[in-house]
Amino acid sequence: MTRSDLAAAFDDGPALVSYVVAGDPTPAATAEYIDALVDGGTDVIELGLPFSEPVAEGTTIQNAIKRALDAGMTPDAYLDLVARIDADVPVVCMTYYNLLFQYGDRAGPAAFVSAAAEAGVSGFVVPDLPVDESGPLREACRAHGLDLVFVVAPTTTADRRERMLDLTTGFVYVQGRVGTTGAREEVSAATPDALAALQHTDIPKAVGFGVSSGEQAREITASGADGVIVGSAYVDTVADGVADDDPPSVVADRLRDLAAELKAGAARGVPEPEHK
Amino acid sequence: MSTNTDDTTRTDGTFGDYGGQYVPEVLMPAVEELTDAYERYVLDNEDGFVDDFRQRIRSFGGRPTPLTHAPTLSQRHGVDVYLKREDLLHGGAHKLNNALGQVLLAKYMGKDRIVAETGAGQHGTATAMACAALEMPCEIYMGRTDVNRQRPNVFRMRLHDADVNPVTVGSGTLKEAINETMRDWATNVADTHYVIGSVVGPHPFPSMVRDFQAIISEELRAQSREQLGELPAAVIACAGGGSNTMGAFGAFVGSASLPGAPAGTHEPAPDVDLLAVEAGGSRLGVDDDAGYAPNSASLSTGTEGVLHGARTKLLQTETGQIVESHSVSAGLDYAGVGPELAHLVDTGRITPTNVDDDAALAAFHRLSRDEGVIPALETSHAVAALDQYDGDGPVVVNVSGRGDKDLDTVIEASAANDIDAAPDMEVFEQ
Repeated sequence: MTRSDLAAAFDDGPALVSYVVAGDPTPAATAEYIDALVDGGTDVIELGLPFSEPVAEGTTIQNAIKRALDAGMTPDAYLDLVARIDADVPVVCMTYYNLLFQYGDRAGPAAFVSAAAEAGVSGFVVPDLPVDESGPLREACRAHGLDLVFVVAPTTTADRRERMLDLTTGFVYVQGRVGTTGAREEVSAATPDALAALQHTDIPKAVGFGVSSGEQAREITASGADGVIVGSAYVDTVADGVADDDPPSVVADRLRDLAAELKAGAARGVPEPEHK
Repeated sequence: MSTNTDDTTRTDGTFGDYGGQYVPEVLMPAVEELTDAYERYVLDNEDGFVDDFRQRIRSFGGRPTPLTHAPTLSQRHGVDVYLKREDLLHGGAHKLNNALGQVLLAKYMGKDRIVAETGAGQHGTATAMACAALEMPCEIYMGRTDVNRQRPNVFRMRLHDADVNPVTVGSGTLKEAINETMRDWATNVADTHYVIGSVVGPHPFPSMVRDFQAIISEELRAQSREQLGELPAAVIACAGGGSNTMGAFGAFVGSASLPGAPAGTHEPAPDVDLLAVEAGGSRLGVDDDAGYAPNSASLSTGTEGVLHGARTKLLQTETGQIVESHSVSAGLDYAGVGPELAHLVDTGRITPTNVDDDAALAAFHRLSRDEGVIPALETSHAVAALDQYDGDGPVVVNVSGRGDKDLDTVIEASAANDIDAAPDMEVFEQ
């Protein structure tokens, strides 16, 4: 199997995976934010397709999803947005299973995966779809050459972890702490243990949940991660911009700076440039 | 008809196409641990768990609840109508069957904290009662809107020393309360058990909640044989999430399993018609643009999808966003329904129907006036559905709960909607 775009994004040192919610607060603003995040050093864009019942999200992303839905974001508008992205980085679609299930024929994920592949999506992260229920989505992803990224949690047992490592493609999403998404000050003590348990795999390992600063990014890559995933810290920045009525370009500048800080922090965690 | 007619069958948590375990990975180990505990303690009665449960639901809960003949209702409908009196269970609703069972199970599992969601507050109060009785710390999540309109239940939970956390996100009702409870569980998963309030959620919840609630239909079968000399021709129950529904139907379907049941009370009884009555609200249908359904009729009008851990029938938009539902009865106001019910509707074993707000209000007043029983507004939907019953054998209506909690709503809505059957209250207005 040839290496996917997603896996290749981790080849040149620690990767920065940056998450924003599509359509928060408008599709045009999201497009501008994505350009800024890539400018700041983002290697993978994780673009949230908003669902009304986001059980894995903390308050920050719940509110962003509400803003995006209130502004009219839909799966079709999402795919249009993805198709318009110029930046040369892979885009991972992060959403909940019901939206994939309902698209097109309303009978499973195949129709959405096909449309997503067409629009330029490289893979999926679906937080309410554990590996146990992932058969139909895996099959659809395989048919279209897309990756399906599984989340390894701090509670994940050894046998579940090995099952996921067998099936995950692109990278493995290491959930850095129990609970929901949301920016935190500290790196969870669970993170080094989680990474140690994944040492035996060649699949790139990216840590998410709670990462918000360059210093945290440094700690995480120093613990052996191949990348960091940041979401709520960006979304907080977007929310502040909405609250203060700042123009999207101003918000985009802040996002670029934050991405640059995170990327530099992640790079600092690795003693020398690493070439796999 | 059912896929699980054998009591000893270990299900994989699917009912035809429905069910499953659609939850974040962080919860999956807890879900697997719970599945194992369900199979050992509930299905196999390990350590005498089910004996313990049966003893406590009698001595603390007040089981068995009676099966009461309703003479005036019988005359009105031209068939013998009986009422299964879950309104007389401790707490005033069937909810305690499940809450006591799950809190006790959590104790057997060595968990030391309980969380639960509640809509109208009935499941929250039942869980708080069970936790007080079994000395378990308890936190309840309840939508802000529901906190405001169900104050007495908030006080009841507080009296039992439960913490009540208002949920402000979204419309502040049951759906958001479930989301927030799942988030708490995902954060405190090692020591916490989530007592889900209906036959919804990931496996094993739909099966386990059904089994605890099926003590209703187990009793009902024994009482029918004794009092009617035969099984009823039909059982009618309201359906929101569906816990009283599966409780009233479970033993007849044959899928429920609770060790220690009297012989023959859990064998499939395909000749008994089962009618699940949903909230038709003010009208049927989904308003796609507004993301709103003026009803809660997911079983009779919904489409297949995935919500709160299971594949089931849902009220959703064309693109798959879950809509806000509506019913005059807060306990039926939910956009999803238990996956086993969805399956049993597809196989034809259960007949789904719905009753609108006004018909439920009228039935509320009829039962109060004619039979001396004030039913919950949820139950009132099942009573109203007697009008749709065209069989001639005896019928049992499951009185899922008592209506004291609904008096404010009923008086207000009866005046606003001009319900003929309502008593004149005007003279008491200031």
